[in-house]
Amino acid sequence: MALFLEFVIAGLLCIGLFAILGLVLVLMERKVSAYMQIRLGPNRVGPKGALQTLADTLKLLSKEGLTPRGADRFLFNLAPFVAMIGTMLLLAPIPFAKGFQLWDINIGVLYISAVSSLAVISILLAGWASNNKYSLLGAMRSGAQIVSYELSAGLSIIAIVVLTGSLSISDIIASQADGWWIFKGHLPVWIAFVTFIIAVTAETNRAPFDLAEAESELTAGFHTEYSGMKFALFFLAEYINIFIVCAIGAILFFGGWMPFHIGNWEGFNRIMDYIPSSVWFFGKTFFLIFVIMWFRWTFPRLRIDQLLNLEWKYLLPISMVNVLLITLVAILGWHF
Amino acid sequence: MSTPADYLPIAMMFVVASGFVLFTIFVTHLLGPRRKTEVKLEPFECGIESQENARMPFSIKYFLVAILFVLFDVEIIFMYPWAVNFKDMGMFGFVEMLIFLSLFLVGFTYIIRRGALKWE
Repeated sequence: MALFLEFVIAGLLCIGLFAILGLVLVLMERKVSAYMQIRLGPNRVGPKGALQTLADTLKLLSKEGLTPRGADRFLFNLAPFVAMIGTMLLLAPIPFAKGFQLWDINIGVLYISAVSSLAVISILLAGWASNNKYSLLGAMRSGAQIVSYELSAGLSIIAIVVLTGSLSISDIIASQADGWWIFKGHLPVWIAFVTFIIAVTAETNRAPFDLAEAESELTAGFHTEYSGMKFALFFLAEYINIFIVCAIGAILFFGGWMPFHIGNWEGFNRIMDYIPSSVWFFGKTFFLIFVIMWFRWTFPRLRIDQLLNLEWKYLLPISMVNVLLITLVAILGWHF
Repeated sequence: MSTPADYLPIAMMFVVASGFVLFTIFVTHLLGPRRKTEVKLEPFECGIESQENARMPFSIKYFLVAILFVLFDVEIIFMYPWAVNFKDMGMFGFVEMLIFLSLFLVGFTYIIRRGALKWE
């Protein structure tokens, strides 16, 4: 009975976190975009526009969910389910603060890279089932893109696993108690970090790799035909995915909830420990999210062949050699 | 060691996630209007009348990329157990991975040379 109650509470917390993250991230995206283009962004609903996304959500809730003629009804309605469930499953092994983790398992990182590949299935389902040319084009591009960039994302995760010698997320964080990997690991870890950020930007279909939606050529890409709550679920899943990949980046390279520690500076480390671990986790994650939003307004969109060339001809060989480099660093003990 | 019970949270998350999605879809289905018209149900094509079936043949290159992914991803999955255990193997493990990756690179240069990634 106590176990069941625990399940219910954890489930409600997850859904609550989902809703809040969705609202905050969409608002953040709009505000960041606005300030980068020297305009104000949403500023009418609530104080400084803070309730804008809530109003948008209420509007979406009361809209009609259409299934277009000629669409495969079952697959069309299944796609948002797959997108949302895949994203929610990813939330389980992420530690939000010290000891605040839903599921601490010895294969944490492997689990995340396995489940995050479910996203591509939902996109392909949505694009194929819609019976719309834009959707199909967007889905095909996105399929090729996501599976390609998964390779280098996987390799940069392996780079950190090599240094830590464990797939468990709590072990990876514990190994950064005397300094984050981005500082301890020198050049190879920086290369791994840059590859990781590029790869996850592509995996979450963000600009400059947003070929799946490319508004100016495909209207809305794979979710052109979706409306109402089904569209909202895709949208929510997309933003939660950004949060999750940035959280993984923060865990692997910036120590997750681990405060900023320097080797044996006891006094300094003690002071840093006064800042709560959840502040560290969310601070790092939101910083990475900001960087990914920054990309959107800095780089122009790539063409599909350029995109695949970037991955297969540059990132993949670079990250493979980088894994060897990291192995050398780990064997010879060159990291701190 | 991990037991099957350790994986229970995944089942729980699955139940919570599908419950959440089903609930929201069901509720919004009741809330929203239901007025279907002939034009509304047409596939969207920027205002012009839709032409033919949307499920048309597309470039084989996408399929090729997917096949390449399957090959390369399997090789990367092999690296996970190695990455966890290589510290006990020391230099021997490094040399083994060197051989593995050079075989990997031979296949990689082959597909590049054959023009698998050339787009017209």
